[in-house]
Amino acid sequence: MQEIKTVELVKRYKNLTAVNKLNLEIQQGELFSLLGVNGAGKTTTIKMLTCITKPTDGDAFIGGYSITKQPEQVKRLISVSPQETAVAPNLSVKENLELMCGIHGFSKEKSKAKIKELTEQFAVDSVLKRKAGKLSGGWQRRVSIAMALISEPKILFLDEPTLGLDVIARHELWDMIRSLKGKVTIILTTHYMEEAESLSDRIGIMKDGNLLAVGTTEELKIMTGANDFESAFVSIVKEGAL
Amino acid sequence: MRMLTFAKRCTKEILRDPINLAFGLGFPLVLLLLLSSLQKNIPAELFDIDTLTPGITVFGLSFMTLFSATLIAKDRESAFLQRLYATPLTGFDFILGYMLPLLPLAVSQTIICYLFAIPLGLTVSINIVYAIIGIIPMAVLNIVLGLLCGSIFGVKQVGGICGALLTNLSAWLSGVWFDLKLVGGFFEKIANVLPFVHAAEMEKALFSGNFELAITHVMPIILYSVFITAIAVLSFLRQMKKQ
Repeated sequence: MQEIKTVELVKRYKNLTAVNKLNLEIQQGELFSLLGVNGAGKTTTIKMLTCITKPTDGDAFIGGYSITKQPEQVKRLISVSPQETAVAPNLSVKENLELMCGIHGFSKEKSKAKIKELTEQFAVDSVLKRKAGKLSGGWQRRVSIAMALISEPKILFLDEPTLGLDVIARHELWDMIRSLKGKVTIILTTHYMEEAESLSDRIGIMKDGNLLAVGTTEELKIMTGANDFESAFVSIVKEGAL
Repeated sequence: MRMLTFAKRCTKEILRDPINLAFGLGFPLVLLLLLSSLQKNIPAELFDIDTLTPGITVFGLSFMTLFSATLIAKDRESAFLQRLYATPLTGFDFILGYMLPLLPLAVSQTIICYLFAIPLGLTVSINIVYAIIGIIPMAVLNIVLGLLCGSIFGVKQVGGICGALLTNLSAWLSGVWFDLKLVGGFFEKIANVLPFVHAAEMEKALFSGNFELAITHVMPIILYSVFITAIAVLSFLRQMKKQ
Protein backbone atom coordinates (compact mmCIF):
# COMPACT_ATOMS: atom_id res chain seq x y z
CA MET A 1 0.00 0.00 0.00
CA GLN A 2 1.29 3.42 -0.98
CA GLU A 3 2.22 5.64 2.02
CA ILE A 4 3.94 8.60 0.38
CA LYS A 5 3.50 10.07 -3.07
CA THR A 6 5.12 13.25 -4.33
CA VAL A 7 3.81 14.95 -7.44
CA GLU A 8 6.13 17.35 -9.28
CA LEU A 9 7.34 18.67 -5.90
CA VAL A 10 9.45 21.83 -6.20
CA LYS A 11 11.26 24.07 -3.72
CA ARG A 12 12.97 27.22 -4.92
CA TYR A 13 14.96 29.71 -2.83
CA LYS A 14 15.38 32.88 -4.93
CA ASN A 15 17.69 31.71 -7.73
CA LEU A 16 18.35 28.24 -6.31
CA THR A 17 16.14 25.26 -7.08
CA ALA A 18 16.71 23.03 -4.05
CA VAL A 19 14.24 20.34 -5.19
CA ASN A 20 13.14 20.06 -8.80
CA LYS A 21 9.90 18.31 -9.85
CA LEU A 22 10.29 15.37 -7.51
CA ASN A 23 8.06 12.38 -8.30
CA LEU A 24 8.37 9.57 -5.82
CA GLU A 25 6.27 6.75 -4.38
CA ILE A 26 7.09 4.98 -1.12
CA GLN A 27 5.23 1.92 0.12
CA GLN A 28 3.93 1.27 3.65
CA GLY A 29 6.57 -0.34 5.91
CA GLU A 30 9.36 0.40 3.47
CA LEU A 31 12.73 1.83 4.51
CA PHE A 32 13.53 4.28 1.75
CA SER A 33 16.84 6.15 1.67
CA LEU A 34 17.49 9.43 -0.08
CA LEU A 35 21.17 9.39 -0.92
CA GLY A 36 23.21 12.28 -2.25
CA VAL A 37 26.16 14.55 -1.68
CA ASN A 38 25.78 17.79 0.30
CA GLY A 39 23.30 20.19 -1.30
CA ALA A 40 21.51 17.42 -3.21
CA GLY A 41 18.12 18.45 -1.79
CA LYS A 42 17.60 15.59 0.68
CA THR A 43 16.96 17.71 3.77
CA THR A 44 14.75 20.15 1.85
CA THR A 45 12.67 17.19 0.65
CA ILE A 46 12.29 15.97 4.24
CA LYS A 47 11.38 19.49 5.40
CA MET A 48 8.62 19.68 2.79
CA LEU A 49 7.28 16.20 3.55
CA THR A 50 7.18 16.99 7.29
CA CYS A 51 5.28 20.27 6.63
CA ILE A 52 8.14 22.39 8.00
CA THR A 53 8.73 24.07 4.64
CA LYS A 54 6.03 24.84 2.10
CA PRO A 55 6.73 23.66 -1.45
CA THR A 56 7.01 26.31 -4.15
CA ASP A 57 5.10 24.08 -6.53
CA GLY A 58 3.61 20.59 -6.71
CA ASP A 59 2.29 18.58 -3.79
CA ALA A 60 2.89 15.42 -1.79
CA PHE A 61 0.45 13.03 -0.15
CA ILE A 62 1.25 11.35 3.15
CA GLY A 63 -1.20 8.61 4.07
CA GLY A 64 -3.49 10.19 1.50
CA TYR A 65 -3.32 13.69 3.04
CA SER A 66 -1.92 16.65 1.12
CA ILE A 67 1.10 18.38 2.73
CA THR A 68 -0.07 21.71 1.31
CA LYS A 69 -3.79 21.48 2.11
CA GLN A 70 -3.95 19.14 5.14
CA PRO A 71 -0.75 19.69 7.15
CA GLU A 72 -2.54 19.10 10.49
CA GLN A 73 -3.63 15.60 9.43
CA VAL A 74 -0.17 14.89 8.02
CA LYS A 75 1.49 15.92 11.30
CA ARG A 76 -0.59 13.34 13.16
CA LEU A 77 0.93 10.56 11.05
CA ILE A 78 4.57 11.54 11.01
CA SER A 79 7.53 12.19 13.24
CA VAL A 80 10.99 13.51 12.50
CA SER A 81 14.44 13.14 13.95
CA PRO A 82 16.32 16.14 12.50
CA GLN A 83 19.87 16.18 11.22
CA GLU A 84 21.32 18.14 14.11
CA THR A 85 20.95 17.47 17.79
CA ALA A 86 17.32 18.11 18.60
CA VAL A 87 16.94 17.47 22.31
CA ALA A 88 16.16 19.92 25.11
CA PRO A 89 19.65 20.10 26.63
CA ASN A 90 18.81 21.10 30.21
CA LEU A 91 16.09 18.47 30.52
CA SER A 92 16.85 14.90 31.52
CA VAL A 93 16.30 12.11 29.01
CA LYS A 94 13.11 11.14 30.84
CA GLU A 95 11.87 14.74 30.79
CA ASN A 96 12.56 14.93 27.05
CA LEU A 97 10.43 11.85 26.51
CA GLU A 98 7.73 13.24 28.82
CA LEU A 99 7.78 16.49 26.85
CA MET A 100 6.99 14.66 23.62
CA CYS A 101 4.21 12.69 25.38
CA GLY A 102 2.68 15.96 26.63
CA ILE A 103 2.90 17.61 23.22
CA HIS A 104 1.05 14.67 21.70
CA GLY A 105 -1.61 14.91 24.41
CA PHE A 106 -0.97 11.56 26.13
CA SER A 107 -2.56 10.80 29.50
CA LYS A 108 -0.25 10.19 32.49
CA GLU A 109 -0.79 6.44 32.27
CA LYS A 110 -0.12 6.29 28.57
CA SER A 111 2.99 8.50 28.95
CA LYS A 112 4.36 6.22 31.64
CA ALA A 113 3.75 3.09 29.58
CA LYS A 114 5.20 4.61 26.41
CA ILE A 115 8.34 5.86 28.16
CA LYS A 116 8.85 2.42 29.73
CA GLU A 117 8.46 0.74 26.35
CA LEU A 118 10.89 3.07 24.55
CA THR A 119 13.38 3.01 27.42
CA GLU A 120 13.59 -0.76 27.03
CA GLN A 121 13.58 -0.70 23.23
CA PHE A 122 16.38 1.86 23.00
CA ALA A 123 18.24 0.73 26.14
CA VAL A 124 18.37 4.26 27.55
CA ASP A 125 17.53 3.31 31.14
CA SER A 126 21.13 3.96 32.27
CA VAL A 127 20.94 7.61 31.13
CA LEU A 128 17.29 8.30 31.89
CA LYS A 129 18.05 10.80 34.67
CA ARG A 130 21.00 12.47 32.96
CA LYS A 131 20.68 15.83 31.22
CA ALA A 132 20.30 15.20 27.48
CA GLY A 133 22.75 17.98 26.60
CA LYS A 134 25.52 16.24 28.55
CA LEU A 135 25.27 12.96 26.63
CA SER A 136 27.61 11.87 23.81
CA GLY A 137 26.54 12.36 20.19
CA GLY A 138 25.57 8.70 19.84
CA TRP A 139 23.36 8.74 22.92
CA GLN A 140 21.76 12.01 21.88
CA ARG A 141 20.82 10.53 18.48
CA ARG A 142 19.42 7.47 20.23
CA VAL A 143 17.30 9.70 22.49
CA SER A 144 16.34 11.81 19.49
CA ILE A 145 14.94 8.78 17.63
CA ALA A 146 13.17 7.56 20.78
CA MET A 147 11.56 11.02 21.06
CA ALA A 148 10.45 10.78 17.44
CA LEU A 149 8.77 7.43 18.11
CA ILE A 150 6.77 8.64 21.14
CA SER A 151 3.81 9.63 19.00
CA GLU A 152 3.63 6.13 17.46
CA PRO A 153 4.07 7.59 13.97
CA LYS A 154 3.14 5.67 10.85
CA ILE A 155 5.99 7.40 9.05
CA LEU A 156 9.37 8.27 10.54
CA PHE A 157 11.79 10.70 8.91
CA LEU A 158 15.43 10.29 9.88
CA ASP A 159 17.59 13.10 8.55
CA GLU A 160 21.27 12.03 8.48
CA PRO A 161 20.82 9.96 11.66
CA THR A 162 24.46 8.88 12.00
CA LEU A 163 26.19 12.06 10.84
CA GLY A 164 29.31 12.70 12.91
CA LEU A 165 29.08 9.49 14.93
CA ASP A 166 31.98 7.10 15.47
CA VAL A 167 31.86 3.67 13.86
CA ILE A 168 30.58 1.83 16.96
CA ALA A 169 27.83 4.35 17.66
CA ARG A 170 26.89 4.25 13.98
CA HIS A 171 26.55 0.45 13.94
CA GLU A 172 24.53 0.52 17.18
CA LEU A 173 22.16 3.03 15.64
CA TRP A 174 21.88 0.95 12.47
CA ASP A 175 20.80 -2.03 14.59
CA MET A 176 18.19 0.16 16.22
CA ILE A 177 16.88 1.40 12.86
CA ARG A 178 16.77 -2.20 11.54
CA SER A 179 14.64 -3.16 14.55
CA LEU A 180 12.03 -0.63 13.37
CA LYS A 181 11.85 -1.97 9.82
CA GLY A 182 8.41 -3.16 8.81
CA LYS A 183 6.77 -1.55 11.85
CA VAL A 184 6.91 2.00 10.50
CA THR A 185 7.64 3.48 7.11
CA ILE A 186 11.09 5.07 7.34
CA ILE A 187 12.51 7.74 5.09
CA LEU A 188 16.17 8.20 5.79
CA THR A 189 18.55 10.70 4.28
CA THR A 190 22.25 10.00 4.23
CA HIS A 191 25.40 10.60 2.26
CA TYR A 192 27.02 7.41 3.56
CA MET A 193 26.94 4.72 0.84
CA GLU A 194 27.28 1.82 3.27
CA GLU A 195 24.44 3.18 5.43
CA ALA A 196 22.03 3.33 2.52
CA GLU A 197 23.16 -0.08 1.26
CA SER A 198 22.98 -1.75 4.65
CA LEU A 199 19.58 -0.44 5.76
CA SER A 200 17.41 0.36 2.77
CA ASP A 201 14.76 -1.54 0.89
CA ARG A 202 15.08 1.01 -1.90
CA ILE A 203 17.31 4.00 -2.53
CA GLY A 204 16.69 7.27 -4.34
CA ILE A 205 19.78 9.12 -5.55
CA MET A 206 19.58 12.91 -5.65
CA LYS A 207 21.86 15.56 -7.10
CA ASP A 208 21.27 19.32 -7.38
CA GLY A 209 17.63 18.90 -6.43
CA ASN A 210 16.92 16.22 -9.04
CA LEU A 211 16.06 12.60 -8.37
CA LEU A 212 18.43 10.77 -10.70
CA ALA A 213 17.57 7.14 -10.01
CA VAL A 214 15.44 4.92 -7.77
CA GLY A 215 15.79 1.22 -7.01
CA THR A 216 17.22 -1.47 -4.79
CA THR A 217 21.01 -1.60 -4.51
CA GLU A 218 21.02 -4.55 -6.93
CA GLU A 219 18.83 -2.71 -9.42
CA LEU A 220 21.07 0.35 -9.27
CA LYS A 221 24.17 -1.79 -9.81
CA ILE A 222 22.54 -3.50 -12.82
CA MET A 223 21.45 -0.10 -14.19
CA THR A 224 25.03 1.15 -14.21
CA GLY A 225 26.83 -2.11 -14.80
CA ALA A 226 28.87 -1.51 -11.65
CA ASN A 227 30.25 -4.26 -9.43
CA ASP A 228 29.64 -2.45 -6.16
CA PHE A 229 27.15 0.08 -4.90
CA GLU A 230 29.66 2.91 -4.44
CA SER A 231 30.69 2.67 -8.11
CA ALA A 232 27.02 2.62 -9.09
CA PHE A 233 26.39 5.77 -7.05
CA VAL A 234 29.40 7.58 -8.54
CA SER A 235 28.36 6.58 -12.02
CA ILE A 236 24.78 7.83 -11.52
CA VAL A 237 25.86 11.14 -9.98
CA LYS A 238 28.54 11.80 -12.62
CA GLU A 239 26.46 10.83 -15.62
CA GLY A 240 23.18 12.37 -14.44
CA ALA A 241 19.76 10.80 -14.88
CA LEU A 242 19.55 7.23 -16.04
CA MET B 1 -2.51 21.52 27.40
CA ARG B 2 0.14 21.12 24.68
CA MET B 3 1.13 24.75 25.13
CA LEU B 4 1.46 24.28 28.91
CA THR B 5 3.72 21.24 28.37
CA PHE B 6 5.94 23.35 26.16
CA ALA B 7 5.84 26.25 28.64
CA LYS B 8 6.89 23.89 31.44
CA ARG B 9 9.85 22.77 29.37
CA CYS B 10 10.87 26.42 28.76
CA THR B 11 10.67 27.16 32.48
CA LYS B 12 13.01 24.26 33.25
CA GLU B 13 15.46 25.28 30.53
CA ILE B 14 15.67 28.82 31.91
CA LEU B 15 15.82 27.95 35.61
CA ARG B 16 18.45 25.24 35.10
CA ASP B 17 20.87 27.61 33.46
CA PRO B 18 23.10 28.94 36.28
CA ILE B 19 24.16 31.98 34.20
CA ASN B 20 20.51 33.01 33.93
CA LEU B 21 20.07 32.89 37.68
CA ALA B 22 23.38 34.65 38.38
CA PHE B 23 22.62 37.55 36.04
CA GLY B 24 18.86 37.72 36.27
CA LEU B 25 18.64 37.65 40.00
CA GLY B 26 22.15 38.14 41.36
CA PHE B 27 23.14 41.20 39.34
CA PRO B 28 20.20 43.47 40.32
CA LEU B 29 20.69 42.50 43.98
CA VAL B 30 24.42 43.25 43.84
CA LEU B 31 23.62 46.64 42.29
CA LEU B 32 21.11 47.38 45.03
CA LEU B 33 23.69 46.52 47.67
CA LEU B 34 26.54 48.47 46.07
CA LEU B 35 24.58 51.62 45.24
CA SER B 36 22.80 51.77 48.59
CA SER B 37 26.21 51.41 50.30
CA LEU B 38 27.53 54.19 48.06
CA GLN B 39 24.57 56.35 49.02
CA LYS B 40 25.37 55.93 52.71
CA ASN B 41 28.91 57.29 52.18
CA ILE B 42 28.15 59.89 49.50
CA PRO B 43 24.48 60.84 49.88
CA ALA B 44 22.76 61.22 46.52
CA GLU B 45 18.99 61.47 46.21
CA LEU B 46 19.03 59.21 43.14
CA PHE B 47 20.53 56.32 45.09
CA ASP B 48 18.20 56.63 48.06
CA ILE B 49 16.85 53.10 48.54
CA ASP B 50 13.22 54.24 48.05
CA THR B 51 14.14 55.79 44.70
CA LEU B 52 16.72 53.22 43.66
CA THR B 53 14.74 50.01 44.23
CA PRO B 54 11.87 50.74 41.78
CA GLY B 55 14.47 51.66 39.15
CA ILE B 56 16.51 48.51 39.73
CA THR B 57 13.41 46.34 39.36
CA VAL B 58 12.85 47.89 35.92
CA PHE B 59 16.52 47.41 34.98
CA GLY B 60 16.32 43.76 36.10
CA LEU B 61 13.57 43.13 33.54
CA SER B 62 16.04 43.63 30.70
CA PHE B 63 17.42 40.20 31.62
CA MET B 64 14.02 38.69 30.75
CA THR B 65 14.60 39.88 27.20
CA LEU B 66 17.98 38.17 27.22
CA PHE B 67 16.52 34.92 28.63
CA SER B 68 13.68 34.62 26.15
CA ALA B 69 15.79 35.67 23.14
CA THR B 70 18.60 33.26 24.06
CA LEU B 71 16.24 30.32 24.56
CA ILE B 72 14.46 30.86 21.24
CA ALA B 73 17.69 31.44 19.31
CA LYS B 74 19.26 28.32 20.85
CA ASP B 75 16.20 26.22 20.01
CA ARG B 76 16.27 27.46 16.42
CA GLU B 77 19.98 26.77 16.00
CA SER B 78 19.85 23.32 17.59
CA ALA B 79 17.03 22.05 15.31
CA PHE B 80 14.93 21.42 18.41
CA LEU B 81 12.24 23.69 16.99
CA GLN B 82 12.43 21.87 13.66
CA ARG B 83 11.45 18.69 15.50
CA LEU B 84 8.58 20.44 17.27
CA TYR B 85 7.36 22.17 14.09
CA ALA B 86 6.51 18.69 12.78
CA THR B 87 4.22 18.07 15.79
CA PRO B 88 0.65 19.33 16.29
CA LEU B 89 1.94 22.39 18.23
CA THR B 90 0.70 25.60 16.59
CA GLY B 91 2.52 28.91 16.17
CA PHE B 92 0.55 30.40 19.06
CA ASP B 93 1.38 27.39 21.29
CA PHE B 94 5.05 28.23 20.72
CA ILE B 95 4.65 31.96 21.31
CA LEU B 96 2.65 31.57 24.52
CA GLY B 97 4.89 28.69 25.62
CA TYR B 98 7.94 30.93 25.40
CA MET B 99 6.27 33.97 26.97
CA LEU B 100 4.25 32.52 29.84
CA PRO B 101 7.11 31.12 31.99
CA LEU B 102 8.92 34.46 31.93
CA LEU B 103 6.07 36.49 33.39
CA PRO B 104 6.07 34.79 36.84
CA LEU B 105 9.86 34.85 36.67
CA ALA B 106 9.84 38.63 36.11
CA VAL B 107 7.34 39.19 38.92
CA SER B 108 9.37 36.92 41.25
CA GLN B 109 12.52 38.87 40.41
CA THR B 110 10.71 42.12 41.32
CA ILE B 111 9.39 40.67 44.59
CA ILE B 112 12.88 39.46 45.54
CA CYS B 113 14.35 42.89 44.77
CA TYR B 114 11.81 44.62 47.03
CA LEU B 115 12.27 42.04 49.81
CA PHE B 116 16.06 42.37 49.54
CA ALA B 117 15.78 46.17 49.81
CA ILE B 118 13.79 46.08 53.07
CA PRO B 119 16.80 45.36 55.34
CA LEU B 120 18.65 48.06 53.38
CA GLY B 121 16.11 50.60 54.61
CA LEU B 122 13.25 50.47 52.09
CA THR B 123 10.03 52.01 53.38
CA VAL B 124 7.51 49.19 53.82
CA SER B 125 3.97 50.01 52.68
CA ILE B 126 1.09 48.57 50.63
CA ASN B 127 2.49 50.55 47.69
CA ILE B 128 5.12 47.82 47.24
CA VAL B 129 2.29 45.49 46.18
CA TYR B 130 1.02 48.07 43.66
CA ALA B 131 4.55 48.53 42.33
CA ILE B 132 4.90 44.76 41.89
CA ILE B 133 1.60 44.54 40.01
CA GLY B 134 2.46 47.66 38.02
CA ILE B 135 5.64 46.09 36.66
CA ILE B 136 3.65 43.58 34.56
CA PRO B 137 3.22 45.76 31.40
CA MET B 138 6.97 46.48 31.29
CA ALA B 139 7.71 42.79 31.94
CA VAL B 140 5.50 41.88 28.96
CA LEU B 141 7.32 44.43 26.81
CA ASN B 142 10.72 42.98 27.76
CA ILE B 143 9.54 39.42 27.12
CA VAL B 144 8.12 40.20 23.67
CA LEU B 145 11.31 42.08 22.82
CA GLY B 146 13.07 38.79 23.57
CA LEU B 147 10.64 36.92 21.33
CA LEU B 148 11.39 39.41 18.56
CA CYS B 149 15.18 39.23 18.94
CA GLY B 150 15.15 35.42 19.29
CA SER B 151 13.08 35.12 16.10
CA ILE B 152 15.45 37.32 14.09
CA PHE B 153 18.95 36.81 15.49
CA GLY B 154 21.27 33.88 16.20
CA VAL B 155 22.64 33.00 19.65
CA LYS B 156 25.81 35.09 19.29
CA GLN B 157 23.93 38.13 18.01
CA VAL B 158 21.37 37.80 20.80
CA GLY B 159 24.22 37.84 23.33
CA GLY B 160 25.50 41.11 21.89
CA ILE B 161 22.21 42.82 21.19
CA CYS B 162 20.16 41.76 24.22
CA GLY B 163 23.02 41.03 26.63
CA ALA B 164 25.07 44.14 26.04
CA LEU B 165 23.19 46.73 23.98
CA LEU B 166 19.69 46.42 25.39
CA THR B 167 20.73 46.13 29.04
CA ASN B 168 22.90 49.23 28.62
CA LEU B 169 20.19 51.14 26.79
CA SER B 170 17.74 50.17 29.48
CA ALA B 171 20.20 51.38 32.12
CA TRP B 172 21.25 54.67 30.50
CA LEU B 173 17.87 55.71 29.16
CA SER B 174 15.84 54.88 32.26
CA GLY B 175 17.20 57.63 34.47
CA VAL B 176 18.01 55.08 37.17
CA TRP B 177 21.76 55.78 37.29
CA PHE B 178 21.73 59.52 36.60
CA ASP B 179 19.19 62.31 36.24
CA LEU B 180 18.36 62.62 32.54
CA LYS B 181 17.79 66.38 33.00
CA LEU B 182 21.48 66.74 33.82
CA VAL B 183 22.33 65.53 30.32
CA GLY B 184 19.29 67.19 28.72
CA GLY B 185 19.02 68.01 25.01
CA PHE B 186 18.70 65.28 22.40
CA PHE B 187 19.60 62.51 24.86
CA GLU B 188 16.72 63.43 27.17
CA LYS B 189 14.31 63.71 24.22
CA ILE B 190 15.28 60.26 22.97
CA ALA B 191 14.95 58.82 26.47
CA ASN B 192 11.45 60.27 26.79
CA VAL B 193 10.38 58.72 23.48
CA LEU B 194 11.53 55.26 24.58
CA PRO B 195 9.70 53.23 27.26
CA PHE B 196 12.55 52.70 29.77
CA VAL B 197 12.32 56.03 31.60
CA HIS B 198 8.53 55.78 31.72
CA ALA B 199 8.79 52.34 33.32
CA ALA B 200 11.22 53.60 35.97
CA GLU B 201 9.11 56.69 36.65
CA MET B 202 5.92 54.61 36.78
CA GLU B 203 7.47 52.28 39.36
CA LYS B 204 8.68 55.21 41.44
CA ALA B 205 5.23 56.82 41.22
CA LEU B 206 3.46 53.61 42.27
CA PHE B 207 5.89 53.10 45.13
CA SER B 208 5.28 56.62 46.37
CA GLY B 209 1.50 56.28 45.95
CA ASN B 210 1.19 58.81 43.12
CA PHE B 211 -1.21 56.78 40.97
CA GLU B 212 -2.20 59.61 38.60
CA LEU B 213 1.42 60.07 37.60
CA ALA B 214 1.81 56.30 37.26
CA ILE B 215 -1.07 56.16 34.76
CA THR B 216 0.49 58.83 32.54
CA HIS B 217 3.70 56.79 32.42
CA VAL B 218 2.03 53.41 31.87
CA MET B 219 0.36 54.48 28.62
CA PRO B 220 3.53 54.64 26.48
CA ILE B 221 4.58 51.26 27.92
CA ILE B 222 1.26 49.68 26.90
CA LEU B 223 1.50 51.21 23.43
CA TYR B 224 5.05 49.89 23.00
CA SER B 225 3.97 46.47 24.31
CA VAL B 226 1.11 46.17 21.82
CA PHE B 227 3.30 47.35 18.92
CA ILE B 228 6.29 45.11 19.76
CA THR B 229 4.00 42.12 20.47
CA ALA B 230 2.50 42.43 16.98
CA ILE B 231 5.93 42.64 15.33
CA ALA B 232 7.33 39.81 17.49
CA VAL B 233 4.42 37.46 16.72
CA LEU B 234 4.70 38.17 12.99
CA SER B 235 8.49 37.67 13.10
CA PHE B 236 8.18 34.36 14.92
CA LEU B 237 5.50 33.06 12.53
CA ARG B 238 7.58 34.27 9.58
CA GLN B 239 10.71 32.42 10.73
CA MET B 240 8.52 29.32 11.19
CA LYS B 241 7.45 29.56 7.57
CA LYS B 242 11.00 30.29 6.39
CA GLN B 243 12.35 27.05 7.87
